[in-house]
Amino acid sequence: MTEDDLDRNRRHFLTVATVATGAVGAGFVAVPFISSLKPSARAQALGAPVEVPLGSMQPGEMVRVLWRGKLVFVLRRDEKMLASLPDATDQLRDPDSEVVEQQPDYAANATRSLKPEYLVVEGSCTHLGCAPLEDFEVRPAEGWGGGFFCPCHGSKFDFAGRVFKGVPAPTNLRVPPHRFVRDDLILIGQDTGAA
Amino acid sequence: MARIEAEVGKPQGGLMKWIDDRFPFTKTMEHHVTKYYASKNFNWWYVFGVLAFVVLAIQLLTGIFLTMNYKPSAAEAFASVEYIMRDVEWGWLIRYMHSTGASFFFIVVYLHMFRAMLYGSYKKPRELIWLIGMLIFLVLMAEAFAGYLLPWGQMSYWGAQVIISLFGAIPVVGDALVEIIRGDYAISDITLNRFFALHVIVLPLALIGLVFVHIVALHEVGSNNPDGIDIKKLKDESGKPLDGIAFHPYHTSKDLVGIIVFLMIFSAVVFFAPEMGGYFLEHANFEPANMTATPEHIAPVWYFTPYYAILRAVPDKLWGFILFVAAVLLPVFLPWLDRSRVRSIRYRGWMYKSALTVFVITFFALLLLGLAPAEGAYVMLARIFSVLYFAFFLLMPFYTAMDKTKPVPDRVVYHD
Amino acid sequence: MTKLKKFASLMALGACFVTAQGYAAGGGGSHMKPADIDPDNVASLQRGARNFMNYCSGCHSAQYVRYNTIGKTLNLSEEQLTDNLMFNADKTFETIQTAMPAADGARWYGKTPPDLSLMARARGADYVYNFLKGFYVSEASPTGVDNLVLAGTSMPHVLWELQGYQAVNFDKHENEDGSVTTTFEGFEQLSAGSMDAEEYDDFVRDTVNFLAYIAEPIRSERRKLGVWVIMFLIFFFILSTQLKKQIWKDV
Repeated sequence: MTEDDLDRNRRHFLTVATVATGAVGAGFVAVPFISSLKPSARAQALGAPVEVPLGSMQPGEMVRVLWRGKLVFVLRRDEKMLASLPDATDQLRDPDSEVVEQQPDYAANATRSLKPEYLVVEGSCTHLGCAPLEDFEVRPAEGWGGGFFCPCHGSKFDFAGRVFKGVPAPTNLRVPPHRFVRDDLILIGQDTGAA
Repeated sequence: MARIEAEVGKPQGGLMKWIDDRFPFTKTMEHHVTKYYASKNFNWWYVFGVLAFVVLAIQLLTGIFLTMNYKPSAAEAFASVEYIMRDVEWGWLIRYMHSTGASFFFIVVYLHMFRAMLYGSYKKPRELIWLIGMLIFLVLMAEAFAGYLLPWGQMSYWGAQVIISLFGAIPVVGDALVEIIRGDYAISDITLNRFFALHVIVLPLALIGLVFVHIVALHEVGSNNPDGIDIKKLKDESGKPLDGIAFHPYHTSKDLVGIIVFLMIFSAVVFFAPEMGGYFLEHANFEPANMTATPEHIAPVWYFTPYYAILRAVPDKLWGFILFVAAVLLPVFLPWLDRSRVRSIRYRGWMYKSALTVFVITFFALLLLGLAPAEGAYVMLARIFSVLYFAFFLLMPFYTAMDKTKPVPDRVVYHD
Repeated sequence: MTKLKKFASLMALGACFVTAQGYAAGGGGSHMKPADIDPDNVASLQRGARNFMNYCSGCHSAQYVRYNTIGKTLNLSEEQLTDNLMFNADKTFETIQTAMPAADGARWYGKTPPDLSLMARARGADYVYNFLKGFYVSEASPTGVDNLVLAGTSMPHVLWELQGYQAVNFDKHENEDGSVTTTFEGFEQLSAGSMDAEEYDDFVRDTVNFLAYIAEPIRSERRKLGVWVIMFLIFFFILSTQLKKQIWKDV
């Protein structure tokens, strides 16, 4: 190899090495800037789990709370509501909660809840996000067993938040992570471990 | 040995041709980068231009991310800065880079301007580059001043109070001008909001535009060099200056080294001494602005203090203001004050060399005096050095004409 | 001439930094003892946190500081944090608030006790250290004490049980022009506290250490990260100089 060749090879190697190092450096620099876009400590504090005391809730009563800026329904289902759940099965799009993203494991059951009595769902229609209204009145003539009705485009959900067929909404109402701190206290936003 | 020609920019088929048919990409790359010839004997004084560009980029990038979390209201500004420092992930780093960058911007720009004084880079035909550069300097000072109000600390508030009040010294229009600047009867939330608009939008746009024009003007004439020789006078058969080398890859590879050294110093400050003893981040600014309590010792940030020292040296409010403005603007006239037939200090006589040495000492002295309280011996010293500052410029037509110069060679002085 | 000028400029720059250090120092004067804080000493910070919450947080908030930040740096479990340091807060993500309403504070003391999140950064650790050691008995004051570092302070001597009370000795010297120069001579212990001088000194130092920490919780981490950054840049520097030399070989 001539001196020129050696020079050219060395120059090529050094150029590649320098550019590669520069790219790595640029990557390192990018990390803090992109990370700064994540929710800050204050956002995490404000988005902390929300407690919902159940003591004064009557059967058939529903409470609305805000968690991370989202509306969450806590419904204390009465006997009639729970009894109506199996009936609607063949009218539902996803009766067995097979779409995994819409609920944690412990809510992938017949009542979509930890305890049958209490339903915890996000009050956000899975079509385009409107807040569904309570429609607990049973109207046998219309074939309506009760549940939730979304006024925006007419989507319907049952007392377990499961979506009916033939409506715009594609999936069941989302169940947020939650757990029972005590029998009379639900913590929304956390499902395991200490507070 | 074969001179390396960069392969970048050779027109090719395919994508490059499609672009070049519609946009002067290859042409621009060649004219400004791969076939822009600059002298081969640049020394390290010549790195400060690209460093200024790097600092501008750092300030723009960090500034954008700061505005994502900063709240420009008197009630929330101070707390939002602490929010960035503590709650926003990596917010502390972005903030320190921005505050350090502000000080380094001035260090780099002052050194960049000094290079011009060493090598006569403002002399014909580069007067316009110098004028645009001075305009950049003025806009930069306004940008720094507006930015300093934003943290809404004690020094932010009272520093702004003092400097804005200065404009009240202008006869007839002074008071109205001060009120127009403030937007209120005293510095307030309203002032903060408009300074935010100035600092984030108006002045950065002006800065970017001016830097662009500055480089275009430079490339039109070509770069100077430490010998002050016009390298375009002697060209080879293909039209390339004998003493010139292509900007890329020669100056780009050399500038990269300079940039990395700069980043090392910059990082050392950001990670180990972001306050810099209270000069880069002033201690008083860690207290929220209090309109009823003036801090013991108000001084502008270090990069303004040379001019502040001159302002304070004059015992009259109006004349102090006039001389303060004159001190800032006098360098504008250097291309015409300097009567020397040679550009570079290398070929000038003892008069200019002495004058420039005195000027450097004067500038540093005024910088220190501006930081110190105006008491005792400092008052007399500030007056002496103010006189020396003005003497450098006002006597220049005389000592540069009289100065005995050395013959300037045809070719640049270059050692391997 | 250029080489000489370069040298002179560098010397001037160096001289500037050295001489200018003096200008940046805050008030207090020559009687200020150095605080000698140790920001990486976790045990000291833990004690300082305990001191702050027990003696200071009754009147002073540290509104920018979150308990969970302290817990992490001080290696405290969530239980240790909640049990020992959280008196009027529920959740660890909360910030340190004082139970004293601001309006009441202003009424009782003439001035709302300031927030202490940034005090150590605004005035310096030395200032705070000497302030906490600088209370002396003064009949003229409504709280019965004055302070050498901040004359006329509305803060009572909160730590009197630990330090006891001391009197101050000033030397008043009349000058030729009739003005009086007051020089601090020293303190004199009047009544003992539960701690001797050395114990109290350590107590105050721990507290100041903690205040310096909360003024900039990220300090320790930024310095560690800085080492890696400089090392990377040194490597990058070596590479780039080699590349530059190679490219410039034919110039």
